[in-house]
Amino acid sequence: MLRLERRPQPSRLWACATPPLAVAITMIAGTALFAALGKDPVAALRTIFWEPLFGEFAFYYRPQMLQKGAPLILIAIGLSLGFRAGIWNIGAEGQYIAGALAGAGVGLAFYPLDAWYIFPLMVAAGALGGWAWAMIPALLKIRFGTNEILVSLMLVYVAEQLLAQMSLGTLKNPEGMGFPGSRNLQDYAAAHNAEIVAGTGIHWGVVAALISVIWAHVLLQHHILGFHVRLAGQAPRAARFAGVRPSRMVLFCLGTAGALAGLAGMFEVSGPSGQIGIDFNVGYGFTAIIVAFLGRLSPLGILLAGMLMALTYIGGEIAQSDLSLPAAAIRVFQGMLLFFLLAVDLLTNYRLRPRVAEAAR
Amino acid sequence: MTITKLLAGAALALGLAGAAGAADDKTRVGFIYVGPIGDGGYTFEHNQGRLAVEEHFGDKVETVYRESVPEGADAERAITEMALKGADLIFTTSFGFMDATIAVAKKFPEVKFEHATGYKTAPNVSTYSARFYEGRAVQGLIAGRMTKSNIVGYIASYPIPEVIRGINAAFIHARKANPDVEFKIVWAYTWFDPAKEADAAQALIEQGADVILQHTDSTAPHAAAEKAGGIATFGQASDMAEYAPFPRVSSIIDNWAPYYIARTQAVMDGTWQSHEVWQGIGDGMVEIGEITDAVPADVKADALALTAAIGSGAYHPFTGPLRRQDGSGWLAAGEVADDPTLLGMDFFVEGLTGEIPQ
Repeated sequence: MLRLERRPQPSRLWACATPPLAVAITMIAGTALFAALGKDPVAALRTIFWEPLFGEFAFYYRPQMLQKGAPLILIAIGLSLGFRAGIWNIGAEGQYIAGALAGAGVGLAFYPLDAWYIFPLMVAAGALGGWAWAMIPALLKIRFGTNEILVSLMLVYVAEQLLAQMSLGTLKNPEGMGFPGSRNLQDYAAAHNAEIVAGTGIHWGVVAALISVIWAHVLLQHHILGFHVRLAGQAPRAARFAGVRPSRMVLFCLGTAGALAGLAGMFEVSGPSGQIGIDFNVGYGFTAIIVAFLGRLSPLGILLAGMLMALTYIGGEIAQSDLSLPAAAIRVFQGMLLFFLLAVDLLTNYRLRPRVAEAAR
Repeated sequence: MTITKLLAGAALALGLAGAAGAADDKTRVGFIYVGPIGDGGYTFEHNQGRLAVEEHFGDKVETVYRESVPEGADAERAITEMALKGADLIFTTSFGFMDATIAVAKKFPEVKFEHATGYKTAPNVSTYSARFYEGRAVQGLIAGRMTKSNIVGYIASYPIPEVIRGINAAFIHARKANPDVEFKIVWAYTWFDPAKEADAAQALIEQGADVILQHTDSTAPHAAAEKAGGIATFGQASDMAEYAPFPRVSSIIDNWAPYYIARTQAVMDGTWQSHEVWQGIGDGMVEIGEITDAVPADVKADALALTAAIGSGAYHPFTGPLRRQDGSGWLAAGEVADDPTLLGMDFFVEGLTGEIPQ
């Protein structure tokens, strides 16, 4: 038998090796899953991982991957700061909605004015909306010591109700024949987050995601604030001696995560999605949690993890229509990725030892 | 040869095979679904329509579908993908796919699109919908006659014209059959969520409802009614016959098959043209599922007579005199509602209590 022994130091080797290992195990388990569903597992894996990048229609899928990956990366970067500092913001989905509502609201307030400053104002409003939504759990935590996991998560459902109310009321398209949903911002040039170069999939949200990666990298590696974030997570007592104020850390981490999630929502509603609707949010805020951990909470890792996640989304969709795989099977496949990651993560902090020695004792 | 080259060669070969597949004379028909095909309701019936197309045309068609497609950017990608892969005709079967359908249709002028329950058309985009309210009228009559507590529960999804129209049609005919009847309405804010729907049904039962109508797609309310006992329900979108003869006493069935077959035929013949259709009981798009023996014989006879009158066009479910909830006039005696008013319906008729959420 084997037993687990805690490592004196987390293994650096395993910290880097677990994500690829988790991907590999997911592929093996996926093979079994697809085979059990009566599909050719090799074809399924090829469709999911190869087709979007190099297949016949890759010219269409590659830009789509950027559009799918950008919000995931943007949100995950924000979340990773908090996760490093031991501040657990689970409500990015709600902050994403709040940012989209604020951004779209500002844009629609100007309709049909055509002016250059509308889009920048929407960007600011989006970040502010997400930030404000994240300040609720932050302030409650500082003032009353509430648990930010519960408060931020519950606020997702509040945000969803607000979204429904806005779709049916305040932001409803006056020319929409009474149907829910706002005007389509894609039809309003001054507020449209269009592709910067047509056909590349690169819109301002993709640019913002890249900037956020670089910013977070510089912050964590070369800035005292980044050092404090890491310190607060690894050694809270030492952090306090070093002059890190826990309440400031909460404000900074939740605020940044909220602002970035809000930006993601704003770029999505003004770009690929186009309009506020009852079902506007599709779970980016939750998937970004997987992305943050898959990327080892490091900015560059998150960049890669976000693109990998986007790949499984796009590839999974292709597998649905080409191989008639059920939508649920793709979700299971994505879920397995996080599951195996968390499972093999154990090897970073523990090592396996034969049990013989203990029995003899 | 490197692995990359090998893989690239394999991909190319597969790609060519795919292209060859698209080049034969099969008509490719795509379907985009909002829910899972196993929902037992709305999407299930659309998928039955797809299967009917396959059965009718055999080797001459190839169908593809995507289930549980979210609205917005994901829908646009799903539709684009089908068009890219050579679909000739694409049915997008939910209201939320409207803007995505229009956007993709602009990029693929050769492909024909059919959008369910929307209001935007283009030279290559048709809209189609069913006059479900005709079926609601029949349900209302049965509900009004069967309730003993005089409270009819209604699980509504979203406060949109389609749903409001259904509530009004059911209420008007329930009141006609039973002047003492009251409606209690729960807004579930979902089309398909078994847990929420069961909760809504339970809440209505606790408020004294002994007949429950639903505008959501799962069978969960039937299960809740069965558990509570003595509560009558109606199948929605699909027959839901597994709960017959009681609690499910009848149903509205969406029958898309004839329309899907006709439109596929039109694409094959090259006669397809953009149109807006709204078909009801008379055209067979709306069917009333078997009225079980749990319904008294005289009620059943009246319900069948009403169905026949609506189907033949002799009677319109929205015939005056009718007033709005606020007491203002809407239709004079004998006057019939026009389609634009019905399509944008945003008010309750007189007698309904509660407000439409805004």
